Amino acid sequence: MPKVSMTVNGKPVSGDVDSRTLLVQFLRETLRLTGTHVGCDTSQCGCCVVHVDGDAVKSCTALALSLEGADVRTIEGLANGDKLHPMQEAFRENHGLQCGFCTPGMIMTAVELVSRKGHTLDEKTIREELEGNLCRCTGYHNIVKAIAAGATAMGAKA
Amino acid sequence: MYAFNYHKPATVADAAALASQHADGKLLAGGMTLLPTMKQRLAQPSDIIDMGKLNDLKGIEVKDGVVTIKAMTRHVTVATSAEVRKAIPALAELAGGIGDPAVRNRGTIGGSVANNDPAADYPAACLALGATIHTNKRAIAADDFFTGLFETALGEGEIITSISFPAPDKANYQKFRNPASRYAIVGVFVAKKGGDVRVAVTGAGDSGVFRQKDFEAALKANFAVAALDGKHQPEKGLNSDIHADAEYRAHLIGVMAKRAVAAAK
Amino acid sequence: MSAQGVGASVLRKEDFRFVTGRGRYTDDINRPGQAHAFFLRSPHAHATINRIDHAAASKMPGVVAIFTGDDIAADKVGGLICGWMIHSKDGSPMKAGAHPALAQGKVRYVGDHVAVVIADTYAQAREAAEKIVVDYGVLPAVTDTADAARTGAPQVHDIAPNNTVYNWHIGDKGATDAAFASARHVAKIDLVNNRLVPNAMEPRAAVGEYDDASDGLVLYTTSQNPHVARLVLSAFIGLAPEHRFRVIAPDVGGGFGSKIFIYAEETVCVWAARKVRRPVKWTADRTEAFLSDAHGRDHVTHGELALDAAGKITAMRVRTTANLGAYLSTFSSCVPTYLYALLLSGQYNIPNIYAEVDAVYTNTAPVDAYRGAGRPEASFLVERLMEIAARETGKDPAEFRRANFITAFPHQTPVILAYDAGNFAASLDSALKLADYANIGKRKAASAAQGKLRGIGFSAYIEACGIAPSAAVGSLGAGVGLWESAEVRVNPIGTVEILTGSHSHGQGHETTFAQLVSGRLGIPFENVSIVHGDTDKVQMGMGTYGSRSGAVGMSAIVKALDKIEAKARKVAGHCLEASPDDIEFRDGKFTVKGTDKSIDFPSVALQAYIAHKFNGQDLEPGLKESAFWDPTNFTFPAGVHICEVEVDPATGVTTIEKWTAVDDFGNLVNPMIVEGQVHGGIAQGVGQALFEGAVYNTDGQLVTASFMDYQMPRADNLPFYDVGTTNTPCPSNPLGIKGCGEAGAIAAPPAVINALTDALGHEDIAMPASPLAVWRAARKTMAMKTAAE
Repeated sequence: MPKVSMTVNGKPVSGDVDSRTLLVQFLRETLRLTGTHVGCDTSQCGCCVVHVDGDAVKSCTALALSLEGADVRTIEGLANGDKLHPMQEAFRENHGLQCGFCTPGMIMTAVELVSRKGHTLDEKTIREELEGNLCRCTGYHNIVKAIAAGATAMGAKA
Repeated sequence: MYAFNYHKPATVADAAALASQHADGKLLAGGMTLLPTMKQRLAQPSDIIDMGKLNDLKGIEVKDGVVTIKAMTRHVTVATSAEVRKAIPALAELAGGIGDPAVRNRGTIGGSVANNDPAADYPAACLALGATIHTNKRAIAADDFFTGLFETALGEGEIITSISFPAPDKANYQKFRNPASRYAIVGVFVAKKGGDVRVAVTGAGDSGVFRQKDFEAALKANFAVAALDGKHQPEKGLNSDIHADAEYRAHLIGVMAKRAVAAAK
Repeated sequence: MSAQGVGASVLRKEDFRFVTGRGRYTDDINRPGQAHAFFLRSPHAHATINRIDHAAASKMPGVVAIFTGDDIAADKVGGLICGWMIHSKDGSPMKAGAHPALAQGKVRYVGDHVAVVIADTYAQAREAAEKIVVDYGVLPAVTDTADAARTGAPQVHDIAPNNTVYNWHIGDKGATDAAFASARHVAKIDLVNNRLVPNAMEPRAAVGEYDDASDGLVLYTTSQNPHVARLVLSAFIGLAPEHRFRVIAPDVGGGFGSKIFIYAEETVCVWAARKVRRPVKWTADRTEAFLSDAHGRDHVTHGELALDAAGKITAMRVRTTANLGAYLSTFSSCVPTYLYALLLSGQYNIPNIYAEVDAVYTNTAPVDAYRGAGRPEASFLVERLMEIAARETGKDPAEFRRANFITAFPHQTPVILAYDAGNFAASLDSALKLADYANIGKRKAASAAQGKLRGIGFSAYIEACGIAPSAAVGSLGAGVGLWESAEVRVNPIGTVEILTGSHSHGQGHETTFAQLVSGRLGIPFENVSIVHGDTDKVQMGMGTYGSRSGAVGMSAIVKALDKIEAKARKVAGHCLEASPDDIEFRDGKFTVKGTDKSIDFPSVALQAYIAHKFNGQDLEPGLKESAFWDPTNFTFPAGVHICEVEVDPATGVTTIEKWTAVDDFGNLVNPMIVEGQVHGGIAQGVGQALFEGAVYNTDGQLVTASFMDYQMPRADNLPFYDVGTTNTPCPSNPLGIKGCGEAGAIAAPPAVINALTDALGHEDIAMPASPLAVWRAARKTMAMKTAAE
């Protein structure tokens, strides 16, 4: 089996993989990083969003082998020890999650959104940018609020 | 997914050679359509030729009023390119409306155009702007490139290297999304350059993207919303599904065309 | 109210693990040596299985075993059951067709389980499954709800002629018909309550494991009620007795009802684990979820409302056909009967109600409870009829409702339920203000000036939650009691573990239950932990559904806390050398009345375990109590939702401009969590009204089998919601709470459709009101306007 190497959450990792192994399978099954979830098979739900070289990517729609040498960040790599990332804290503060299954993808999407669109995000922008992330629990109300608050908090920190 | 052999060539020539050798192989660009299709086991390529290392296929150049986008350029790059936004704002807006942010971070213009999905956005831009598709072998006019559903003029071992778009005077793209998939049910790209007007429609036609010549003629005579009053897209040849039947698509083509004319800049 | 007790919007304990990716869902669990299961599913809606040849498949790489219905039969594995008996009008029991976990002789829907392949990897199992050759004898299929009972329709189960599961009815037909005969006005409606796919974001999954040392089974599964799963898998399906069978439901990623039921896949995984002596894991992909999760709703209904000259309702008459799919799922039979027709009185004084419900089999996925379960169907019918009646009689829809509100409690409806408390007018008044109903005319005019159509719609819903008094549901046919259990374990240093039979799948029990205990015992919130979802830890429980975990599950905790307090009081008495009757307990302190002699709760806990201060023969050492709470009545959450929409007639796009919700949930434990439940419920209700619909074609293929075709509500489809509450405490449980989990999904659909029909100026629109449907309806509107001019 071919071997793939990449950096995940700052650590070099490698593994022998079947060529069809998706990034999400490499993360969940090889590295046992189970915070990245799979909620659909048509690349729509966004539960699997991680960052690849800083970009939000659906890890269910990328071959692990394609990402040889990439710098990958998952939800497990966002907090600084027990100190939550401001976006994680904002989801908690604003009750932006219920069952928690979509949450890692939502947070990773939100963090990248801030990197592209800045710290002041209006409701319309946030809702549009969440096109690729489904949540069945929250009705999105508190997710939208959490992302706006998280974006502000990320700015305050910087 | 079915099993396949994986290749990651370093040059376009190597990629082309691999593609020629493996008739049942597939070129992998961003993978935004190919990978989901393979996951659903609707495609069974023997070989995957990953173009991810072909760095000379990435980038945008604007020269002499022509925007040239290399094939492996991602949608996000086109959407946020200041040069594209200045030369052909409609093209940047179109790229910024493809899929969702994660799709735009991976998906490429070359992959989209080569796949010619009947609900894809770029084919409409190519047709309406009179683009030229450059391959490792030749240059193909957009009018000759899209030959049917998922069909193009590309031959075996032929790889898109770039696409060049002459900047229009005015253009706009209006999309009506499938409420579930968010692909285009109807997408209308209107472009005016000198005395010429082109109107291309994606998402609706049962043989893929097409030009609406009746609308074009009316708009050539008078580039105004009112010029389309009384113009109707025939239902024949349009797709029907649970989200939109042919009658609705035909109607939406008219509505989107008018909105595109009104918004053209 | 303490800062972290009942009534406070305490941030959730569980969130730290969820936002850091440390949640542990079933698919995150991997057992040593585990094999993977892939289910070969029927591609046909209806077919005989003439032969299955898996010789070639068995030789594929990695294959451990392949099982079919023959193996299930040979092992005498019982069929999946439906746990609620419904009798037809003629007294005959419902016709329950056999439901083997792997099909035997016949498949009845696309997605039915034909065989399971167990292999070292999932990919190997899936590849081998493609080599299985099944000789099907394809039969014509019946998929249409209204058509299923037609003479000559394809027969799904031999045991059920005309595909009829039951013909059930409720109410006084004679009195109702008489009231209609003398009515001044009759409002009528024919409607379809569209079939929905629950689509919790976490797909179902199971890991079955066999321990040959104990000859015991372990099942990790995505379940809302692991104890009920164990009960059914033990007592009915017969896989292992309960004392040698552990069911664990770890973090569950949403359920909305769909994870109540006992499914074929988890049954097969745990059964096969013993056969192959290896753990067996299965995780659904989303397509499998669409095909095989129990769907929701799917009614065809004719309803009528009789009014007298004063505009008072005198009677309601209903005829419903409910599609239960190809097999009876675990609680399917009670959904279109007791969870539906009992709510037909709504918030209104309706002296006479008569309802007939025919349940039918079709060649479609089983249909069972989905968020609201029967009550959304009732509410949609009642609130659409109320709106139409108001319009037809020229009355303001809010005031027409008010004039018919029940105002005195308790109120006995003609359909069994006795509402214990409520103040419907209070919710209506509050909602009218929040929605700025007074200025709707101006907003409609502003929209019209832009070529848009604006409308406003009301929904004054009521639901029966806190399910339910065991004897009462038993008399209605339930196979189980619907109490809940709790155990309070106080540790020697005064920290507390609560073991509960409720099980959170997003509701935040780890937080709300801890709030209750923290406030009651006066100990820090952090010192309370909740244990749930494991049959080896929690003795027995009935699980989480029907908005019952607060009203029933927390009430059980209250009962156990009462016992803890009584015992602790005795211990404190010994410590303080006072009679327990002279001791008061407040803010975590036991104090001898009228003195400053006191001892705090953790010290009492320690003394209870040290047992030095009292005679162990007179008072048992330790501090641990349990309780079972059986509700005394259903609870009756109710409220008013108001939806305001704008329609673009050129495209058919409907935009929700404003959403107002005022709900009476009784006392609130955690207002933040309650609001979140309301938001989510509204989104699902809006989804039903505007976006979602499972569509089968006439061959029985599910056309909407992925998110590509089934429209899930997205962030940009929905607005912020204005949520308010009123409070009439529930008199039927010690906390005065009613439940909030389903309200939004029950309230929302009629609010949306009433708004849409108000905008359109006619009633001709069905759910889901997609852009295509609304465009067509708006064309009719424009034609009516043109004709009127």
